[in-house]
Amino acid sequence: MFDIDKWQEIFNTIEKNKLRTFLTGFSVAWGIFMLIILQGSGIGLQKGVENQFRSSATNAIWIWNGQTSKPYKGNKPGRNIRMKNEDYDYLNAHVDGLDQISGRFHVWSNVLAYKKQSGSYTIRGVHPDYQKVEKLSLLSGRFLNENDQRFKQKNVLISKLVSDALFKAEDPLGKYIRINGIPFKVVGVFVDDDGRDDNMQLVYISIATAQTVFGGERDIHGMVVTVGDANEKEAKKIEDDIKAKMANLHRYDPEDENAMFFWNSVEEFTKFQKLFASIRLFIWVIGIGTIIAGVVGVSNIMMIVVKDRTKEIGIRKALGATPGSIISLILQEAVLITAFAGYFGLVIGVGLLELVSEHIQTPFFREPEVDISVAIGATLLLIIAGALAGFIPARRAAAIKPIEALRDE
Amino acid sequence: MIKFNGIHKSYQTGNSSLHVLKGIDLEVTSGEMVAVMGSSGSGKSTLLNIIGLLDVHDGGDYYLDGKLVKDLNETKAAQLRNKHLGFVFQSFNLISFKNAVENVALPLYYQGITRRKRNKIAMEYLEKVGLLPWSDHLPNELSGGQKQRLAIARALIGNPKVILADEPTGALDSVTSQEVMELFTQINKSGITIIIVTHENDIAHQTQRIIRLHDGKIEKDHKNGHFVPHTEFAKTI
Repeated sequence: MFDIDKWQEIFNTIEKNKLRTFLTGFSVAWGIFMLIILQGSGIGLQKGVENQFRSSATNAIWIWNGQTSKPYKGNKPGRNIRMKNEDYDYLNAHVDGLDQISGRFHVWSNVLAYKKQSGSYTIRGVHPDYQKVEKLSLLSGRFLNENDQRFKQKNVLISKLVSDALFKAEDPLGKYIRINGIPFKVVGVFVDDDGRDDNMQLVYISIATAQTVFGGERDIHGMVVTVGDANEKEAKKIEDDIKAKMANLHRYDPEDENAMFFWNSVEEFTKFQKLFASIRLFIWVIGIGTIIAGVVGVSNIMMIVVKDRTKEIGIRKALGATPGSIISLILQEAVLITAFAGYFGLVIGVGLLELVSEHIQTPFFREPEVDISVAIGATLLLIIAGALAGFIPARRAAAIKPIEALRDE
Repeated sequence: MIKFNGIHKSYQTGNSSLHVLKGIDLEVTSGEMVAVMGSSGSGKSTLLNIIGLLDVHDGGDYYLDGKLVKDLNETKAAQLRNKHLGFVFQSFNLISFKNAVENVALPLYYQGITRRKRNKIAMEYLEKVGLLPWSDHLPNELSGGQKQRLAIARALIGNPKVILADEPTGALDSVTSQEVMELFTQINKSGITIIIVTHENDIAHQTQRIIRLHDGKIEKDHKNGHFVPHTEFAKTI
């Protein structure tokens, strides 16, 4: 194996049969290249979609107010449904399987000001659980807590964007900003990096404070609950439970789709997961198909190579080449070419993915990468296939009588 | 050097069997230069291939250098060829993608001699056959006579006891044929046994012994009465 002279002989042969070498190498390199590109794209797509879900919990059920569209027990359609603090308390007390729960109260277009800087932003009143639901990451300070809620503290959590706009380089923690003229103390700075700007154009205060200060009384504009690690079926059950209880509480037809709106992210996420499982499967099928095509290509070329070299083999045998030396000569050449070409395809494929991932970052396609063990496994497979494909005809060629090989034209 | 006792050889072609050698008894002693003649189909090439271990006989005994050749596997046969025999073919059988020096050096590769050393030896042999200036040329850049001289250098480099030549001048014109025959005569003088298969009388008459095959049997085996040692032969022309 480490006979330098044999390698010299092989390199010599390769150097003088460039086209043949190139064709063998190309089919291997192409197979590996395609496999890597496919794998990488699949992972890129998947990551893109996962990223869409990253900014909020994938186990949440969102609830919004609506308007009835069906008559029910003497009520005409067109009645507005308004959730109150009681709904929050009721869900908290009577629905099993809830992990976190938070109400949402919005106040649109408020003037936020600090010293001479000011801007127009949305206020979102929430319960302390909300941080986990929206997956906010804190840059500094803290989130709103139970004290803020219970004592209706005028504390505010501002986004990085708001902080940059109002405070510039100044540290906002502990400073007071005026919201519509009312002073609020900044307790934290957050980022919500889902790529959507409107999730950064806002500040959070506790929902009790929001209701009191901005005249919301006991109104809640929306609610969100998380269901722990419930699966799709369990989450659906909880959703149905909430729907039934809300319909009962607000006295509307449980069949009325417009009275309140629900969005079950578990269901949606599971759908996407299933979709991506199919895409992954599809990519694997294509990838394996590509590898098989590569294997067939290599086998084909190796067969031709051996056929092509039958006479040369005869000459070598007449000059004293043993069958073993003939087989190892052809095999080592096949393995060398496939290994090198496979590595080449690997490098080009990974390189292209790197290039793409640097320059293309759309919401639905990001950070394509490849499972390197898969790529190496595929290369090894091709090398073995190439060796095997070379071995069978090489053995046959080495076994035929030299006079027959010599007669071959 | 070579001894045949009742050698038989048949070829299977489809359902019919072709009996090519029908009991050959032959002895070639060391240092002889022998021509094997006969019409095509007489079995002369088959005879040479069996001597050269390129083909296997069906019946009879074959002694090479005093040893019985029997049930040789390919590996053993390859080693014997490499050690004892050198081949020269009508169609040269040079490896087309190797240059002259690499072609000549190839038998030494199978003797496990390092590249540097075998290329050096190959250059010496190229010089002997007068091809030193063409050492880095590929076979297709050489003339027929040069190719055959190259093949002879390759046959010689392994230091064989016997050189087997199958129609070595078949593809050459008369002038280059003569050059090749002179080369063979020179080699023979150094003590190497040479067996040449040919159908050309004037080629055969430059050897010491002519064996005529007819229909798979030896028809005539005679010392070449008109044999003139090479040097004197050259003088007469």
